[in-house]
Amino acid sequence: MADLMTGFGNFTHAVVRAIPQSFAKEALRTNCSEVDQVKAQREYEHYVGVLKHKLGLQVLELPADESLPDCVFVEDAAVVCGDTALITRPGAASRRKETEAMKKVLTELNLNIVVMEDEMATLDGGDVLFTGREFFVGLSKRTNQRGAEILADAFKDYAVSTVPRALKIMQQMSDHRYDKLTVPDDLAANCVYMNLPSKGHVLLHCTPEEFPESAKVFEKLKDHMLIPVSNTEKVKADGALTCMGVFINKKAEI
Amino acid sequence: MTTEAGSETEVKKEPEKAEEQPAVPEQETAAEPAQEAQPDPPAEDKPDEEEKEKEEEDKTSPEKKKEKEQSTGKGISRFLPPWLKKQKSQSQEGLKDSAPKEEVKPPEGTEAPAEEAQPEKEEKHSIGSADTQPAKEEKGEDTLEKDTEQKEPEESQTEVKKEEEQIVKPEGKADKSPLKLTKKMKMVVCQVTMLDGTQFPCEVEKRAKGQYLFFKVCEHLNLLEKDYFSLSYKDPTDQKCWLDPMKEIKRQIRNSPWQFAFNVKFYPPDPSQLTEDITRYLLCLQLREDMASGRLPCSFVTHALLGSYALQAELGDHDPDEHRLDYISDFQFAPSQTKEMEEKVVELHKTHRGLTPAQADAQFLENAKKLSMYGVDLHHAKDSEGVDIMLGVCANGLLIYKDRLRINRFAWPKILKISYKRSNFYIKIRPGETEQFESTVGFKLPNHRAAKKVWKVCVEHHTFFRLMSPEQPPKAKFLTLGSKFRYSGRTQAQTRQASTLIDRPAPYFERTSSKRVSRSLDGAPMVNMSDQGDSLVPGLSVSAADKENGRDPSLELPSDSKDLDKAQDDVLKHQASISELKRSFMESTPEPRPSQWDKRLTASPATSLRLQLQAQGSADDKQKPEPGEQAEVEIEETVVIEEIRKVPKAKAATPEVILVVPAPTVVVVEEEPKKEEEKAGQEEKRASTSSDSHSESEEEAEYRPEAVTVAQIKEEPEEEEVEEAPSKEAPPPEPEAEAQPGAADAGEAVPEVKEEEEETAEDEEVPTDEAQNGHPEAQPALVSVAEEEDEPRVNGDVSHAETERVPQVICCSEPPVVKTEMVTISDTFAAQKTEISTKEVPIVHTETKTITYEAAELDGSGEAEPGVLMTAQTITSESLCTTTTTHITKTLKGGLSETRIEKRIVITGDSDIDHDQALAQAIKEAKEQHPDMSVTRVVVHKETELADEAED
Repeated sequence: MADLMTGFGNFTHAVVRAIPQSFAKEALRTNCSEVDQVKAQREYEHYVGVLKHKLGLQVLELPADESLPDCVFVEDAAVVCGDTALITRPGAASRRKETEAMKKVLTELNLNIVVMEDEMATLDGGDVLFTGREFFVGLSKRTNQRGAEILADAFKDYAVSTVPRALKIMQQMSDHRYDKLTVPDDLAANCVYMNLPSKGHVLLHCTPEEFPESAKVFEKLKDHMLIPVSNTEKVKADGALTCMGVFINKKAEI
Repeated sequence: MTTEAGSETEVKKEPEKAEEQPAVPEQETAAEPAQEAQPDPPAEDKPDEEEKEKEEEDKTSPEKKKEKEQSTGKGISRFLPPWLKKQKSQSQEGLKDSAPKEEVKPPEGTEAPAEEAQPEKEEKHSIGSADTQPAKEEKGEDTLEKDTEQKEPEESQTEVKKEEEQIVKPEGKADKSPLKLTKKMKMVVCQVTMLDGTQFPCEVEKRAKGQYLFFKVCEHLNLLEKDYFSLSYKDPTDQKCWLDPMKEIKRQIRNSPWQFAFNVKFYPPDPSQLTEDITRYLLCLQLREDMASGRLPCSFVTHALLGSYALQAELGDHDPDEHRLDYISDFQFAPSQTKEMEEKVVELHKTHRGLTPAQADAQFLENAKKLSMYGVDLHHAKDSEGVDIMLGVCANGLLIYKDRLRINRFAWPKILKISYKRSNFYIKIRPGETEQFESTVGFKLPNHRAAKKVWKVCVEHHTFFRLMSPEQPPKAKFLTLGSKFRYSGRTQAQTRQASTLIDRPAPYFERTSSKRVSRSLDGAPMVNMSDQGDSLVPGLSVSAADKENGRDPSLELPSDSKDLDKAQDDVLKHQASISELKRSFMESTPEPRPSQWDKRLTASPATSLRLQLQAQGSADDKQKPEPGEQAEVEIEETVVIEEIRKVPKAKAATPEVILVVPAPTVVVVEEEPKKEEEKAGQEEKRASTSSDSHSESEEEAEYRPEAVTVAQIKEEPEEEEVEEAPSKEAPPPEPEAEAQPGAADAGEAVPEVKEEEEETAEDEEVPTDEAQNGHPEAQPALVSVAEEEDEPRVNGDVSHAETERVPQVICCSEPPVVKTEMVTISDTFAAQKTEISTKEVPIVHTETKTITYEAAELDGSGEAEPGVLMTAQTITSESLCTTTTTHITKTLKGGLSETRIEKRIVITGDSDIDHDQALAQAIKEAKEQHPDMSVTRVVVHKETELADEAED
């Protein structure tokens, strides 16, 4: 039956959003590197291809919006857990409109939609980590306490811990034990985990070209279906692998 | 307050009566019959009572009668000194005992001025006055005691008596004989709100302890795995408080109405490990209440899912015909329940087809247990910066929330120490891998009481979930013995183990549905459930503290001096330990034992060991509390007297070990194998303690979760202490002590102690006040030996003459073989006993030996002079098989102050326990604890069981 909190990683749908032409030039970033728009586009397509064909997810692709250069990073627009979706209020004012399309598509999926409307609250979905048993929220420039509280309200079943981004603290804060996999490159640590009925444990991770050492670490995970996905361009706009998708487990019917 | 005072007075009267009566034996006799009659009537009157109970009653009653008959004679004799003596010699095998005692006594009397007499009295009293004592002596004691009692704050007295009455004799219900009722104990009807929302009226004595009511409720529920549950009440500020099983109800609720709620206290992290479905069912009910009240937040979907399991459990499969949408309108699943949610619930309910109620409950729990707030007990607090936060105590540790976010978490293993001081609550954190120092995190609670409450809950949760058994006083340190605050029930590990022994067909129980109907008919809406749940949510109210003491708001006063400051650690430790001891003494009631009878003994000083023994027998009753049966005080008293008769044969000498440490301080360690005797004493002490403790006003306390066995609890002495002190001071130094010239080098002389085996027993000891002599510090070599004479029964004891200088065995007397009727209980926890089985009262033959060892006394010189008593305090602590009572007195003598510590350690247990080793350990610990003192005397009383026949 419908056990709560089981089936973590068992996704059926993924929401992605196409890369607008404005991405290379206007997407927010913390460094000044040049972004190759074409290459970024190619990586995105590969990524979507993996979701669709390798993993068999139903991919819902939102159209790009030129006025929203960062819109490809859908992760920040919503946090979905179980049947509930929290439409966030991103910390960057320029990105707040990204949530509109997201809200629409998630509503169509029949999820329970919670919208973060509090003007004092900000939260980027990317600052939220869901482990399957609980949430960790990294307080940052883009995510504040109030945003975290609203997240906690939206997902009352779970503990929501606010943390500086440090795994050690997460471990301390958690009631649960986590095994730790250490990779040498910080950026490489961002990976997408799924647990699909037909595929078992799936991990989308960095490619050996990007982070050779870290890739080796991932390759030791024998019981996982490992899919290297390159992300060289979006990284330049501070986008990691997880940023490009919102994953949903939508049961056929309850 | 008013009420309390009233009851106290009543109580007091009884003892006095008894004492006075000696002169007029006839009255007593007359009274007895009436009393006896009482017990039976109750049963009849209460046809409503469950049959089960009745049966129990019947069983017990024959025995009781017997006892009574026997005791009657004794009681009378007690009052008639001459008679008594005669009787003893005739009927008692204990003749021997009495003889030695008498001998001993004379010296005391001589030596001790009138003043001194008092302290002695107390001692005797506490020890549980031996049966063997000559009537004369007893009489004397009575008088003395009376005086003493009077001097003491009334409260303490009351407590003692109360305790006695409580659990022990449920049978003597007052309702039966209206006449007596008026005179006697007042009965109070408690309204207990059960988890299904029904009310369970339960009549208890006004002085009943929490556990009495709790057991009754559990019995009503037919619940065996009861350790996860507890009763709660609302304090005047509407805060939910847990009813301490070991304390009197009245003292806890103060002026609040006698309304309680049966609740889950410790939420099992894995409910599937519970043994019985009924336990799971009750847990479900609690969780439903938690959810409906909002205490256990969960999402819409979860509310719906859990609600659907609840429906399945109560109503069975969804029936489209019968169950239209509104069929669930009676149920409350969430604080705000929408139509949408109800629809969802129904939708999910349909999918549970085929699940049995038990399965549905199990599914419910499997989901509920994953909720992040499952089993988290929240308390409002502020952090060091004054920001509002919540402290969440749970099975895994302490969680810190700010609003709904978890901002920190301290798992139990990470916490080194938990303490509170005034309204502050502190945890000391184990340094992390990279940190060098421990850190302490402080939180500000709304008031002192709230701080203590959190602390207590932490101690309880830690003990329950992390330890194999409740903490025992650290063996290594005498002065850091446990505090009462420690959790005294079974731990989860123990309750699980006990559960494996449950061997009964799954009890039938009705799920709520039926009750709900009736309830609604009664006009008691479901709302009740949620109502009762609210309590946790609101913040602690500021005014709670005042209420706490009820009497004095100014609790916080003097104790600042006792800072926990690390710098002062040592000093503090010492102080703390003392206060802890004291506190533990006051508050501690480690094992729920059938103590009512015992306590009663206290009330009437004259009562002897035998009484105690009998009390034990009656203990069985306690174990299975019979609803509706509580004896009124008066009645009980009478009973006691009767019992006395019986006693004579059974009791043997009580072995004691006295360990005295010289130097400025003297430690006396006494060991008493006999639990029963000890009990009496203990109870007394307890009683007094409790009076102290009533105050939950301790300003601070510490608890060290890490050490499995070492929990330190520090508490600052409270006002109560002050009260106590005066009373104790009053008594002049004891003669005995003075008499003993013993001097020894500090530290060295630890006499060898041989301990003989005792029987299984529970035990307890009594601290003696006597020990105070002042020996000038100037004479380090001098040691005063304090002796306890109190045990009348001890034949040999006495002989260990006070003045002996012989280092070796002073006296060794073998008491006669005595037949004793006593209850042998191997189990430490009354609760356990209760649950699993009731033991019968076996007859045990015991042999008692007393051996006294004294250190060589270097200087016998004029120590005999009594000094001026400065302070005296007594502290008791217990562990599974040992009970330690520490009596500390400071005496001013010739300008020098002398501290004398007397410890009485009672080691109880079956042959499994190596008594010699235990004793040796105790002595060793004593030495370690007070390196600057030496042991001057060790007296060992050993009581051995001769035959097992009695055991079933």
